[in-house]
This record gives sequence, structure tokens and C-alpha cells, in this order.
Amino acid sequence: MTEVNRLDGGQINRAKEVSFTFDGHRYKGYEGDTLASALLANGERLMGRSFKYHRPRGVLTAGSEEPNALVELRKGGRQEPNTRATVIELFDGLEAAPQNAWPSLRFDAMAVNDRFSNFLTAGFYYKTFMWPKAFWEKIYEPIIRKAAGLGSISFEEDPDLYDKGFLHCDLLIIGSGPSGLAAALTAGRSGARVILADEDFRMGGRLNSETLALGDQSGADWAAAAIAELADMPNVRLMSRTTIVGAFDHGTYGAVERVQDHVAVPQEGKPRQIFWRIYSRRALLCAGAMERPIAFADNDRPGVMLASAVRSYLNRWAAAPAQEIAIFTNNDDGHRTAADLIAKGVSVPAVIDVRADAPSVAGTELLAGAEVIGTSGRLGLSSVTVRLANGQTRKVNCGALAVSGGWNPNVHLTCHQRGRPQWDADLAAFVPGTDLPVGMSVAGAAMGQLSTAQALSSGACGAATALEAIGITASAIDLPEAEDAPISLKPFWHVSGGKSRAWVDLQNDVTVKDVKLAHQENFVSVEHLKRYTTLGMATDQGKTSNMLGLAVMAELTGKSIPETGTTIFRPPYTPVAMGTLAGRATGKHFHPTRKTPSHRWAEEQGAVFTEVGDWLRAQWFPKAGETHWRQSVDREVLQTRNSVGVCDVTTLGKIDVQGKDAAAFLNKMYANAFAKLPVGKVRYGLMLREDGIAYDDGTAARFAEDHFVVTTTTANAVLVYRNMEFARQCLFPDMDVQLISTTEAWAQFAVAGPNARKLLQKVVDPEFDLSNEGFPFMACGEVTVAGGCRARLFRISFSGELAYEIAVPTRYGDALVRRLMEAGEEFGVVPYGTEALGVMRIEKGHAAGNELNGTTSALNLGMGRMVSKKKDCIGNTLSEREGMNEEDALKLVGFRPVKSDETISAGAHLMNASGAVNAKVDQGYVTSAAYSPVLESSIGIGFLKNGDARKGEIIRAVNPLAGQEIQVEVVSAHFVDPEGERLRA
Amino acid sequence: MHSLKSITALAASSAQVDSFDGLTIQERADCAFASLAARRGEEAQCAAGAQALLGAELPAPGKGVLGEPYSCFWMGADQWMISAGYAAHETLDSEVKEAVGAAGSVTEQSDGWCRFDLEGARLGDVLERLCNVDLLAMQVGDVSRSRLEHMACFIWCLEPGQKVAIYAPRSSAGSLHHGLVEAAHSVL
Amino acid sequence: MMIDHPLLGLRDAQEFTYLGDASLIDRPDWRSDTAQEEFHDYLYLRDNPAGEHRELWYHEAGDRSWLVVTRNMLTHEITQVELARDVARARGRSK
Repeated sequence: MTEVNRLDGGQINRAKEVSFTFDGHRYKGYEGDTLASALLANGERLMGRSFKYHRPRGVLTAGSEEPNALVELRKGGRQEPNTRATVIELFDGLEAAPQNAWPSLRFDAMAVNDRFSNFLTAGFYYKTFMWPKAFWEKIYEPIIRKAAGLGSISFEEDPDLYDKGFLHCDLLIIGSGPSGLAAALTAGRSGARVILADEDFRMGGRLNSETLALGDQSGADWAAAAIAELADMPNVRLMSRTTIVGAFDHGTYGAVERVQDHVAVPQEGKPRQIFWRIYSRRALLCAGAMERPIAFADNDRPGVMLASAVRSYLNRWAAAPAQEIAIFTNNDDGHRTAADLIAKGVSVPAVIDVRADAPSVAGTELLAGAEVIGTSGRLGLSSVTVRLANGQTRKVNCGALAVSGGWNPNVHLTCHQRGRPQWDADLAAFVPGTDLPVGMSVAGAAMGQLSTAQALSSGACGAATALEAIGITASAIDLPEAEDAPISLKPFWHVSGGKSRAWVDLQNDVTVKDVKLAHQENFVSVEHLKRYTTLGMATDQGKTSNMLGLAVMAELTGKSIPETGTTIFRPPYTPVAMGTLAGRATGKHFHPTRKTPSHRWAEEQGAVFTEVGDWLRAQWFPKAGETHWRQSVDREVLQTRNSVGVCDVTTLGKIDVQGKDAAAFLNKMYANAFAKLPVGKVRYGLMLREDGIAYDDGTAARFAEDHFVVTTTTANAVLVYRNMEFARQCLFPDMDVQLISTTEAWAQFAVAGPNARKLLQKVVDPEFDLSNEGFPFMACGEVTVAGGCRARLFRISFSGELAYEIAVPTRYGDALVRRLMEAGEEFGVVPYGTEALGVMRIEKGHAAGNELNGTTSALNLGMGRMVSKKKDCIGNTLSEREGMNEEDALKLVGFRPVKSDETISAGAHLMNASGAVNAKVDQGYVTSAAYSPVLESSIGIGFLKNGDARKGEIIRAVNPLAGQEIQVEVVSAHFVDPEGERLRA
Repeated sequence: MHSLKSITALAASSAQVDSFDGLTIQERADCAFASLAARRGEEAQCAAGAQALLGAELPAPGKGVLGEPYSCFWMGADQWMISAGYAAHETLDSEVKEAVGAAGSVTEQSDGWCRFDLEGARLGDVLERLCNVDLLAMQVGDVSRSRLEHMACFIWCLEPGQKVAIYAPRSSAGSLHHGLVEAAHSVL
Repeated sequence: MMIDHPLLGLRDAQEFTYLGDASLIDRPDWRSDTAQEEFHDYLYLRDNPAGEHRELWYHEAGDRSWLVVTRNMLTHEITQVELARDVARARGRSK
């Protein structure tokens, strides 16, 4: 293909030619082109098919508001649907494919939809697919999904990196057109910390697209000089290719920087996009304005474009959309397009101006008081039909039509916190209201200051005012002389009386007729209009169509436009990929991984790990020859119960509690009493929520009168600490108590089994007496190990065996576990993981997370008597509520299958031995189940109504999901050593 | 001297160093830490005891003091973290406790934390990808706690714009280190 | 959102954990004759004002302070931030 429509000049780098493909054809363009400008330069106006009717479509705009020219960019994992050809920076090797076209862009089989358009009007889903109901999921929906929708994705993993970041500034300037640059120069020269962000890859905004002079320079040259000056300022950060996508509370803005979207393959290890969170003290919105179209019959034909876009392609990219371009306008701005085209040697057959008193234009014919009532051309415009002022029609041959319906200020970000824009009758447009986000002000065209001179001065003034509010003085800067044309617009929204459909929302295929239908069916509120017709939905969020839809509705209801309303603009301003929001927090980096002190050693042992919260814990330690996890777990349990086992229990939360009121504080925290716990002793404690439900348990070890070390479950460590701080600061602010987490500081190992003492005696230094008398059950104390390493020793047991927990500073944890294994070799010591830990605690009937499940009270857990009635503690008052103390309350008991080869499943519901199986007669449920290698049977524990009194009863454990129903005997939850003789041995 | 061999937070025998063009990331395994919290009603006595040990006043919120052998930063209301070289001050908690007596609660924290020092001309460019700390606004001794790689870390400014120390929970040292290195790769 | 921490200045709300109505400070006396009812109301009844709301935020990724933040539920404007401990004392809480 050749660049038939490429002109001279422009801001493209002709020294750097770029080759790309679109729809399978190869083209060339230049560095600085967009995909749209390069395609136009190559004579291609057809860029896609429409969403619903598959009508041929070309490009409407030259910016991010583009509704039509959506393409699939790249291939494979990098394939990205719905990218706008107008903002895709051209790079060598770019591959783009049109969307919604099959088998090809030029011949699209689904274009048959267009013939049936009478059936596909607004609301057609709701009306057509209501019956029969069963057809929806299997027939209608899959067909509609295939036919409709925008682009497609590859389902391959995105290979690129995304990042996030944080920036701070005094003044964030959004947009780098004339107002943004004047603001940045003012603020930058004052020394303030400035961020200037623009979504374009070339800063300057409309200055790059217009031929208007600033002083004795062209707009583009003035912009380039300003940007060069700003780039040299250390206090100014220029962020091109950066869209401010949201204005959030208290001066926080979200920004997407497309760092490497303009290269085929991003550099290894470098992000493709960065999501920035910008903390600003003040922000100045200089986002400019968007031109709006006029609706007329068949106004969607490729070649019908906004006049400002024609000037952008012409002046910035040196690409003429066609050889002959007519103009259709309701204001003087449109006339500029004619002058620019003529200056570049492009033929302008006519300027069609709806105003009867329109000024004449040199070099072309003016058709004043005329309207475009139709277009023709198969896959692109070849002529337009004009209804002249005198009522006659005339055909005007042209390959493109530049349409100008006036300008809409870009108020979007001013609305992100529900600000309502105000109607400006002179502009016939909404301008920012007074309820702006805190710290934001608006300048330039975004404020309705449409001339270049106004933009410059309001930008400079806006920056100075914003800075003054935060105590920074900025001096006025010299501004160049610039165009200052008055507003000259006749509000005009759509041409009536055309034979064909007039399109309002090109992206969603919404026509004037659809809006009329919505009105006819009483969907007149703008919010209803949007949802009924889909006007303003999808990737462009109605940037070029909302006003038009609103104006048509206003006309139908006989109300004014401001009475009709505006839709609310919400973040993001332009679409943001999910990957960008995720940043680097993907896969295993979604959360930090916490490793236990023995992790390296456990890896060497070939341990299998499991995630417990953020922690990785050894689940079991397979030995050679073991092919099923149960073999490893059974061995670990039996060996621990028969001799000795070691388990890393560092993950339990540890909170250091000190102060004169430490004991009194723990009395408040735990349901049971702690005040009288002697120094050197540990006590089990149960914590309740204020509503009386149990939520965590652990131990508190008293190291001194005013010093406890409290443990929490692994899962609740953060929550317990938070609740303790709440109690300390908000409930008991005068207690002398200090808290700090020490979970990480100590490597702690359980040493359990009949040989635990013998093993520890080989590791703990000999001056410490570990005998049953010297260090009895529930004792704690400071000791040294391995010849003087400081350590803490607790005689506590989760397994039910004679057991200790020993802790050393974390850095020695790896060495300690090795030492324990070495010392235990003569006893056949085994390391055990969380599975064996779980089996042993179920065998012992200890409650854990499954039992402390947010619905159970101390009474349910069989610990009702532990809740002290003599003191205040969190939860004890409400635990006495009637409903929580019923006679047949659920009680924790154990279960064994009647047939020893059957398996109890956790979650199974308990039913009486005979009778119905349903929720009404539910007797409780199994919370935890395991195979007990000691009992050589499946066992379970759980909650049974009045369970204490039902031991020996045969009931049923049913699992309707798995179709399982087995008979179980109700037994004590303490399967192993119910008298607790072992742990006191 | 006992016979247990220590390992670093990254489970190695020596501290990790990663060098980039414009930034060095240095793991510090040689620091002892102890937290100090003033007892209620004895704040002045606690402060006096601590000052005698530190040779400086206990720092105000958001601040730290660098000294030899003791440094200290503010952690929370009436709570500070004191640090010193590990080799000479393995039982730092006892030293602090001795200094403040019953006026302060002291807790051993040496192995509760890992520390990475980030130093170089490109520090700011890397740090802005990691956390919301405003490095440009930080003076020597300023300490800010914020989320970094989803963890609550302390970031202590040791040299404005040039050097910070980052403290994070020790068990997550691997994740933190990975995050720091990835960010450095991403920028440098 | 940014919360103006009384000790540390403006901090990103992301560093905080939200709890709820600051009335949670006013925990009833367990010895009261109507303790059950009072605790019930304390725990379950909340005002839902379309305007200023005093609420508890915890600086979990920061200095572990509990704060009482006065925030307008309609605009998110934060008009006052206090240390919850000071508020608690002012409301008569002690040990």
C-alpha cells in the first residue's frame, strides 16, 4: 500500500519509517504517527465494523474519545482488544486486526444484522428473549455472545509486567495544552513541585493540531519550547503517555503511564504500564474540550469525522482523510478546517453551515442555512446530500466530511466525586460546577475558556491561585499573543427528516430513533435512557454521544438540556487493564510469603509445604518409599506418640504483654482468670468476642509479675493484636500495659512424646532441672541451650503427650532444629508437620479453627465453666444470654464409625439414628475428622445437640453432597489419654 | 559461647548484597533490636533512663536518632525501637532494661526484624515504585512506617535522597528482598 | 482518602483498618442491672447519619494508634482526627 494521502509537513519523523500490518495488509508510516493517522495517510478509511449491526465504520476522532476505530492489537498473550487506533502510537512490526468483522472487514457476514435492524432496536434483549425462559442460557445467550460484544481476547497469559508507584506534588496539572503549559510554566518557575501529565505521547494538546500562532511562533513550536524549559526544571515531572484516570478523595489521583505500549516487546524486566497513585496538594484540570458531532442520516459512513480530528490529521500527522473534504458545521470553528485544508492543497467542495448568517470562507463555496440529510458510498463516503436553505437538495461529492457541532469541555474528572456540571448557554455545553473535588480547580477549554488566549491566561492564573492557597507565591509569566475568537455557535444537534437512521452513539449503535423509542416507552430519565438504549456505555463511555442523546431527549420531552440532566462520570476516564491495577502483585507475589525458621532445613528433608495464612509450613515429611501422604502422617503420629517428634510452631502469634496492669488486662481479654497465675506458669486461655462467641485461644505464660507472653492461633495473630490494642487504648486507657508482637523474634519448636524430656535434657544446658518436679506440666521459664544460647521453655502440649515448646532467637532456629534431630537420633525422633499436628489434636479433642468457627460459644466447646462470672471480660455479659445457654445446646463430642472401615467426613451433618434427614431435625455437625493411626479408625469431633448426655448413642453422619450416610457412635472427644496422664508424666 | 550457628533472614550464612547502576541493596544481619515502651505515669523517668543510655533524647513521633553504639526510632505512642551492633550487644534488651528499670517495658526484638539498606543516586526512582513515602521531603533521621510489598515496614532516612534503611518482619525477608530487587530491575 | 493523624500528619487511608462507630468506646458497665440490654445496644445498634460520623480507625500499618475520625458520610470530608485514647479518657474511661 502507498501513502496516497500523505502531505508535507506535520510532526512526524520522516527519517524513521515504520512498517505495520492492519487486517493482514502491510503498510508504512512514520515514527510519530498513530495507527489511525497512518491508515488515513495510506488511503484507508474503513477501520472496523460496528457492535450491533456490523456496519462499516471509520475513524471519528483523533483522540482517546474514539468510539469507532477499535482494533485488536498484537497477537497471542499480548493481544489486546478494544484499543483505539487514534491513540495507538505506531511502532515497527505493529500488528492490528479489525474487530467484529467475519470473515473480513470488507465483507462481514454479520452485516445481515443491519437488514433486521427493526428487530434489534433499543431494548430488544428484554423484549425478544423473554420466552421460552429455558432458552436463554442454552440458546439465546451463546448466540448473542458470539455475534455481539467488542473485541476478543486470546486466553493466553499476558507475558508483560505491570508496576505501581507513588508520587507527591504541590500541583498536579492534568493536560498539557495551552492552559496546562501556561500553568506548568507558572508553577514550575515558582519552585513548586509540579507534575504535568498528558495522555498523549506528544505534549502540547491542540497546539500541535492547529495552525494558530502564539506570538511569532507556531503553536507547536511554542509548546515544544515550553516543554523543553519544563524538562530542565528539577521540580517538574513531565509525564507524557499518562492518563489521569480518577480523581479520588483528598487530592489523591490515579494515573496510568503507558511506559512501553509503543514498542513491540517491552524490555525484559521493565514494566509495560505503571499505575501511579499521585498525592497532590492541589490539582489543576486542563483537560481541554472535545468536539461533538451532529447527527444526520447515515452519519456513520467511514469518512464522516469531527472537524477538529481532520485538522489534527492534517496539521500534526500530515495525513488527509481524503482528497476532497466537505465541512458541516454550526460554528466558526468548523470554518478553520476549510482554511487549513485549502492551505495544504486539499480540495474543499463546500462548507455546509446550518447558520443562515454564516460568514463566507475563502476558496470554497458556502452553503449557509443548509443541512446534510444523507450520505452515500459503499465502504466509505463518496458524497453527501445537502438540503439547501431554499429547500432544494444537492449532492456534494467528497471522500470525507468534517463535522463540527461545537465543543464539550472535558468535565469528567470534576464529576468523580459526584460533582454536577452546570449548563453554559453561550457554549451550549456543560462546564464544571462549583462542587469540585477538594483541591481541584479547572482552567482552559475544560472550563469553557475556548480561545487560545483565554486558555493561556486561565492556565497561568489558575496555577498561581492554586499555589497561593498552599502558601506558594508564583509570579505572573509573559504569555504570547494568541487567537481570541468569540463563541459563534448556533446550538444544533441533529438533522431531522432524513430517510435513514441518524446515529447518536456509534460505539453502541444507538440512533436518534432509539432515543425516541426510549422516550415513547417512558424511559426519559437519562439514567434510564442509558440503560435502555446502552447509550454511553462501553469503552468510550459516551464521550462523543452523551450530549447528543441528552439533546434529543430534551427535544422530545420539551425540556431544556440542563433540566433533562447529565449522566455521572465515574473513574476510569479511559479503560484501564486489570493487569495494570494489579501491578506486580500477581501470582505468588499477591501476598508476602512468611517462612518459618526451619524452612531451609525442612526443604532439605523434602518436606511438603502448605500455606497457613501467609506462612508456609511443613505439612508432612515424606520418607523414601512412602507413596501416599497418609503413610507419612501415620508414621509421624505413631512415632511421636511412641517416642518423640519435633514440630516448628513459630507461626503461633506471640504478644509480649508488660506493665503493672498486665494481669488485670489479660483478665479483660480472656474469658478465664489470669490474675492469680503464678510466675513461671502457663495457662490456657479462651478469648470471646463481645457477643459471647469464642474466637481465639492460646496460652499466656507469666515470666514476671508484670510480664506475660501470650500466644494466639496462627490465623488470628493480627486480629488478636488489633483487639488487644483496641481494648488498651479505647476501653481501658489508664491501665499500665504495653504490647508488642514478638512472633518473628523467636523460633519455637514443639518437642512431644514420651522421650521429649530425655531429648531436651541433651540440648538444654545441664544446670536447668527438667524433671517433672523441677519443671512440671504448664511450667515456663528462661533457660539456655547448646552451651549458653538464651532460650525460653514452656511445658505445654497440643498433642496430649509429654511435651515442651522451646524457643531461641530466630537466627538460631535452623541450628536448633538440626541439634534437636541430632540429639533425638537415639530415640528415633521424627519431624512432624501440620497434618500430624492436626491428627494428634483431633485424637486429643482440642478445639482449633474448625471448632472456633465464629458460631460457637464456650459452652458449645465444653468450656462453659471456664468463663469467669466473677470478673468483667470481653464477651462474658452477652455470653449469658438466654439463647446461648439452652439445655440442648450443641456440645463438642467425638464420633467413631460403627463400621470401622467407614470414613467420617468433616462437614457431615448429624441426624438421629432413624427418621427424616433434613435441616429441621438436624442434630449438629462434624467439624474435624481424621484417620487415627492410634485407634486404627476414622474419627471425628463436632457439635451435637445435648452431646454430653448422648455418649454411647448411635446416630448418623450424613453428607448429602457426596451421597454419604454412615452410622457413628457418640464418644468423648478425648480419644487418646482422656485422663491426661501422659502430659503430666 | 554457645555452639548454635546463626543464619540470616534470607537463610544464608552471610548478608546478601545486590548492586545496580545507581543503587545498592545491602542486607544488614548485624543489628540487635530491643523495643522500649514507657510505663504509664513513668514516662519522664523512662525518658531520662533512655537518654542516659542513648546519649540523646528519645525521638519524637516520626523521628529517629542515629548514634554510636545506640540508635533509636519512634515506633508508636510512648514506644521506641533501640538498635545497636549485634556482635557487641546481643543482649541489648537487658542493657535497655537496666537503663530504664521499672519505668519501661523492654522486649527483645533482634530477630523480629530484617533490615535492608538502600543506597545510591537512583534511590528515589526505586522507592517511589515501592511505597508511598515522600523521600524528597525526608530529612536525616525521619522514620516513616508504611506498606511496602503488602508489609508494614519502617523506612528510616539515613542520608536525604541517598540512603534509607528498611525494616520489615523477618519471616517475610524473602518476599521483601524479592520486591526490592524487582523494583530496582524495573527502574534501573 | 487521607487521614490527618494527630501525631504523624496526613497518611493514606490504606495504612488503616476501619472498625466503625466511635460509640464502641462507650462499653457498658458489666455490673449494671440492665447490663444485658446495654451490651446488646452497644454491640448491635448504630446510627447511620447522612452527615458527620465519628468512627474508629486503626493505624495498623503505622504506629498502631486507634483514632477517632470525624468524617462526613456525604462528602468524605474529614473535619477532626483525635487519638482514641484521649477521647476514651475524656468520655470517662479509665481502667
